[in-house]
Amino acid sequence: MSLMTLDQLAQQIPDGARLAIPKDDTGVPMAATLALVRREVRGLHLVCVPVSGLQADVLIGSGCVDTLETSAITLGEFGLAPRFTDAVRNGRLRLVDATCPAIYAGLQASQKGLPFMPLRGIFSSDLLSHRSDWKPIQNPFAEDDAIMAIKAIRPDIALFHAQAADRFGNVFIGRDRDGLLLAHASETALVTVERIVDGNLFEDPDRAGSTVPAMYIGGIALAPQGTWPVGFGGGNPDADWMRRYIGAARDPEGFRNMLESLAAEAPWATELQAEGQPA
Amino acid sequence: MSTAEAVATEATPIEGLILTVASLLHGVRHVAVGASSPIPGAGALLSRALAEQAGEPAVRLSILGSRRHNSFTNGGVEIFDLIGQGRIGAFFLGGGQIDGEANVNLVGTGDYPRTSVRWPGSFGSAYLYHLVPRVILFREEHTRRVMVPRVDFVSAAGPRDDGIHRPGGPHAMLTRLCLFDFDRAKRRFRLRSVHPGHSVEEVRDETGFDFDCPADVPTTATPDAATLGLIRGRIREEIGETYPKFAAELLPAAIT
Repeated sequence: MSLMTLDQLAQQIPDGARLAIPKDDTGVPMAATLALVRREVRGLHLVCVPVSGLQADVLIGSGCVDTLETSAITLGEFGLAPRFTDAVRNGRLRLVDATCPAIYAGLQASQKGLPFMPLRGIFSSDLLSHRSDWKPIQNPFAEDDAIMAIKAIRPDIALFHAQAADRFGNVFIGRDRDGLLLAHASETALVTVERIVDGNLFEDPDRAGSTVPAMYIGGIALAPQGTWPVGFGGGNPDADWMRRYIGAARDPEGFRNMLESLAAEAPWATELQAEGQPA
Repeated sequence: MSTAEAVATEATPIEGLILTVASLLHGVRHVAVGASSPIPGAGALLSRALAEQAGEPAVRLSILGSRRHNSFTNGGVEIFDLIGQGRIGAFFLGGGQIDGEANVNLVGTGDYPRTSVRWPGSFGSAYLYHLVPRVILFREEHTRRVMVPRVDFVSAAGPRDDGIHRPGGPHAMLTRLCLFDFDRAKRRFRLRSVHPGHSVEEVRDETGFDFDCPADVPTTATPDAATLGLIRGRIREEIGETYPKFAAELLPAAIT
């Protein structure tokens, strides 16, 4: 199987890649994101599925992102995302503002190999005037029924964190079904996992139905608690760290300090160093 | 009566809002509550508890962020699929700006894309506003900064006479001052009631758009003793699963 280090995983993501990332709580790959920042990736087109928080803010603040396609960027109860807000104000991002179900629809079209997916709603929203990839069409099965065609979204790479992988390269996602959609809709998927399990996930009937087959997976890296400080599997975010971030990251220097704190305090750092890997 | 007892028997403004949310949901069979929405969540839980007590049909709740009140197994798209099928009867939307035709702005102020103030973004609003039969606009802040003559950016558009399939739309708007109904045919808000301690004049002063107003505007109903007990007991416990900080800090515990 394709087990690699976090830095090797980050090397698989070229400058300018169209990179799909998951919403909070469904496997936000923070350990891999720090590896991307270390490798100084540039010109990313982020596709947030369908929203993002700290991960997008860290990539934007580190100058990795040219185009941001998302339905929202928020740090939830902690507040607005400071580097995103600053980048918008200074015109440093090409914004592709979306609405959640349209991002899902675009990925579902890609999943099925279709050019577009129709979707209700959206008409008269100002979002539409900035989207050449959303177009009204007529429902061919009814009279006078306009519906929105959402062009397929085909990410080059999906990057997410999951519970486990086996040595055959299969990835167990549990209830976080967005991982399956991300993997199906993208050219390839790179995944960080909590642990590597013995045996084949498909031989366990309780887990087989919630497993992404190895054919969709381009690389796996071990990163225990790899979403920290974002929550995972029902766990809460690290509220103290998030509050410090909100306060400090308003200016670029404070942001750089928080990045250093993220690398130094991350739970995966000590575990991986013990195995002789760079964190 | 001691001060502590006086506080305990009188509803707080937040408890009043929770009751009003519950009353707006009466008769809805499946309510969905989005992220960062503790008061709508508590109101939805109260609506379910009151329906149970009255022997009315069971109310199903889908509260995003909750483990207990969330049975989705198809990822983030499932809520939107349910909405597309018409299975969700009510949903809540906030808004950085809301105008008199119920257009909602969740993107920012100034000229897009370089908005001078940028909010998170439109989330699912542009879609669900057309489709959920009872969208309740909930925004505690009620000032001319929020209630504007015309939103700077339309995230989700209020009803239009444009022939687009639109089974849903805005139903009411609840703020810290008052409750409006929204008339989809006239495309105007109508003041339904003003909360205790506030006045129609205050609502006018703080609202940047015209709205219809009856000659006599009633005061918004507040929870009676039994309902207060329910909010401070069962509802406080239930909403605490998703919003522990809100339950602990903003809702008084029941007197035992």
